[in-house]
Amino acid sequence: MDQPHTGARLTGRAFPLLRALMALAAVNLTGCSSVVLDPKGPVGAAETTILYNALAIMLVIVVPTIVATLVVAWWFRASNKRATYRPEWVFSGRIELVVWSIPLMVILLLSGVIWTGSHALDPAQPLRSTAKPLEVEVVSLDWKWLFIYPAQGIATVNDLVVPAGTPVHFRLTSASVMSAFFVPQLGSMIYTMNGMATQLNLMADHPGTFDGRSSHYNGDGFSGMHFTLHAVTPEQFAGWAASAGQGTTVLDAAAYRQLARQSLDNKPFVYARAAPGLFDDIVRQKLPPAPGPPPGPRTPPAEDNRHAG
Amino acid sequence: MLGKLSWKAIPFDSPLPIYASLVVGLVIVGVLGWVVVKGYFPYIWKEWITSVDHKRVGVMYTLMALVMLLRGFTDAIMMRAQQAIALNAPGYLPPEHYNQVFSSHGTIMIFFVAMPFMIGLMNFVVPLQLGVRDVAFPTLNSVSFWLTATGALLVNISLVIGEFARTGWLPYPPLSELAYSPGVGIDYYLWALQISGIGTLLSGINLVTTILKTRAPGMGLMRMPMFSWTALASNLLIVAAFPILIATLAMLLLDRYLGFHFFTNEAGGNVMMFMNLIWAWGHPEVYILILPAFGIFSEVVATFSRKPLFGYRSMVLATMVICIIAFTVWLHHFFTMGAGANVNAFFGIMTTIIAVPTGVKVFNWLFTMYGGRLRYDPPLLWAIGFIITFVIGGMTGVLLALPPVDFLLHNSLFLVAHFHNVIIGGVLFGGFAGYNYWFPKAFGFKLHPGLGKAAFWFWLVGFYVAFMPLYVLGFLGMTRRMQHYDVPAWRPWLVIAGAGAGLIAIGIALMIAQLVVSIRRREELRDTTGDPWDGRTLEWATTSPPPSYNFAVLPEVSGEDAYWTMKQHAREGEPPKLTAFTMPSNTATGIVCAFFATVMGFALIWHIWWMVILGGLGAFATFVVFAWRDHTEDEISVEQLERAARAPQGTQLAGEVA
Repeated sequence: MDQPHTGARLTGRAFPLLRALMALAAVNLTGCSSVVLDPKGPVGAAETTILYNALAIMLVIVVPTIVATLVVAWWFRASNKRATYRPEWVFSGRIELVVWSIPLMVILLLSGVIWTGSHALDPAQPLRSTAKPLEVEVVSLDWKWLFIYPAQGIATVNDLVVPAGTPVHFRLTSASVMSAFFVPQLGSMIYTMNGMATQLNLMADHPGTFDGRSSHYNGDGFSGMHFTLHAVTPEQFAGWAASAGQGTTVLDAAAYRQLARQSLDNKPFVYARAAPGLFDDIVRQKLPPAPGPPPGPRTPPAEDNRHAG
Repeated sequence: MLGKLSWKAIPFDSPLPIYASLVVGLVIVGVLGWVVVKGYFPYIWKEWITSVDHKRVGVMYTLMALVMLLRGFTDAIMMRAQQAIALNAPGYLPPEHYNQVFSSHGTIMIFFVAMPFMIGLMNFVVPLQLGVRDVAFPTLNSVSFWLTATGALLVNISLVIGEFARTGWLPYPPLSELAYSPGVGIDYYLWALQISGIGTLLSGINLVTTILKTRAPGMGLMRMPMFSWTALASNLLIVAAFPILIATLAMLLLDRYLGFHFFTNEAGGNVMMFMNLIWAWGHPEVYILILPAFGIFSEVVATFSRKPLFGYRSMVLATMVICIIAFTVWLHHFFTMGAGANVNAFFGIMTTIIAVPTGVKVFNWLFTMYGGRLRYDPPLLWAIGFIITFVIGGMTGVLLALPPVDFLLHNSLFLVAHFHNVIIGGVLFGGFAGYNYWFPKAFGFKLHPGLGKAAFWFWLVGFYVAFMPLYVLGFLGMTRRMQHYDVPAWRPWLVIAGAGAGLIAIGIALMIAQLVVSIRRREELRDTTGDPWDGRTLEWATTSPPPSYNFAVLPEVSGEDAYWTMKQHAREGEPPKLTAFTMPSNTATGIVCAFFATVMGFALIWHIWWMVILGGLGAFATFVVFAWRDHTEDEISVEQLERAARAPQGTQLAGEVA
């Protein structure tokens, strides 16, 4: 994570105006918790830094181009008697050299940013930290999120509690259709797909509450497929995990099959015990892909099917 | 007997589409009735529907694009209205309806607006620019058009009978598989695109052959006008990319109809393969659309600057570089799949490399204007509006090409803003520039310039008001395709975007007014010279509108900007010797074929197997009849040519349009 951090300092110094302008776009949103440009973790911060840097690099060429277009177009209007008409001026080797090299040099510069950025911010890349990462397994279902904490042996629906300042290593899959896991203020989204596991590493710098959602359209319940990420202190996290384990609800294969049926706008919920290996069973399809809508005439799915059946 | 089709397929419970289609149906019946009562039907049948004249086919493609633009725009207004009110509220469109609206909006705008608009202009202009009398395969051209119309028709039928896809404009499995989308919506999508996709592929083969094999004497490749070059690149891409689309959709059809497992969750199907394949077509598709637009701007900027295009060879090179690199960038549509750093970095860099030839084009247009004498007619306004807008869209595109940035903004409204920025600001503005530029060539009179300028300004301002807020919304973390949301901070930006859509609506209304006013005042706007803009390329060397055979004598080309050179060196001399030649006869093959394709497509969607067989046999029989016909060409005699040469210009189509 060294490289992007260096970039952050550079941007902060070199483009204060740009930063202020971009922040202006996000005015009155401080209360809102899904602003991409207001990152609350190292991944999001590094990514927004790259965004600012690339934008600045390109504006250096884009703004003059737009201005030049307007100026040239206006100056050479037919009614302007002071403009020189040069109908035979159709080629200049020097100009061609310049017009090929300018974009080429910009792209060379950006290619460097792309190469280093892609490697430093590869979602599967573990984050540098002294703290031991928390393992979380994520399953996207129609249309809710299941979070399994293998070390703690608990699971939650639509509520994700993590310790702030501790890296979180996610393994993600889907029970049915493709979705994407995204907490805008922490950075990097990633797809979830049935029969496959993707990986993601994120961290929240400080305690806070952040919006999370599916950022890939996945059917009728898509717009209601939210979750909330609560970043709490490590002590609070330990306390929460212990109290969550007190209940009696169990997430085993049968409960999972029940949960996997289509439902809309689910309320957050905690399973006190999650059967070990459940996530791998889903990935390996030992637990079959979740069903779609029941056959027959279309009926709206249940609001919340956790307790049904 | 009727497969899955029953009365339940008609959505009586949701009145909106019923009323909408009732109105559309009445309009269609009204127009048809008017045509028949006025006695125009034989003319329309003989001169348009069965025409194999590339100009007529091109005009019909363009007309279809403009009509479908109204349908696609209606969808857009519905979405903007829904999102403007759906803060913590269900709005007026339930998800299953809203999801159809955005799916059909994307499908229609890409396949039945942008594509036919560009193909229509290429069809109309390319043979004229090349100084030839028709495309290489005229009947095939008519078949291509009518197959595309079949696709458009099927998509619109889905409004009343059954439903349309609810998966977005690209039906990603497994959502689009039978298990998760059991309805006929996806089947409408798949068969509409299969049928029109075959039409597009045939059209691509046709234009590539035309450009490579039939050019006026003396017109070497490096003397071709820029628009013909971009048309060549675009159609090469069609020939290379559309088979991928057809094969991919065929695999999804096999999954849905015959229980195959290409893309299912079960039995080893792989959704990632679908995404790779669909974007291996989908990204070249973007360049299929934008390259002809680049060509239009090259023609317009040169003509209205009264200068040749600056750096012609450089422009040709840039076009062909884009054509090739277009196939090496598809993975940037799913950086967020977790492919790994090396793969993402490679495709990110390839994507940004495309910005180089594109940047070269922008600079060359700039230097074409430099030292020119610019006339601000509507086509040039669209071109300048395009340059500014497209540079911004290109910049946001390069931003998204950086995988770490894409991880933040993928599938957000920033992405939506970006591709509307390049497709409206690039393709559509290009189409409108071409429509204003070549309209006098097609019909013999100019479009009203004042209303054209007014339409331009409403479109331009409307575009910025409608889409700049979407960039902001992307930064605010708003994902695309949301039927409702719970973040109050998004609302104001969505309302502004809705107002922008309103301005665009005024722009569209002004364009309709422009067309109506221009037809009514066609005598004042008449182009009697055949060269209303002081053009540089061969389409301006013939009359407006051109005779069915374009040129009585094929022009001799002695350099770039062939017609400009002719005008510079014009001498009084012996008129060229006229000789008789033949032109292909009109045929109903295209529309009859499309009729059977529609029957077959509809029957396949509803599993009405006997009707499938009937449609298939009908289409095959049409081909057999066509192949066995005796009369294939009509002779254009010297006498006819002489009579046409004596007739005053601009009279030929005047009565016909009225």
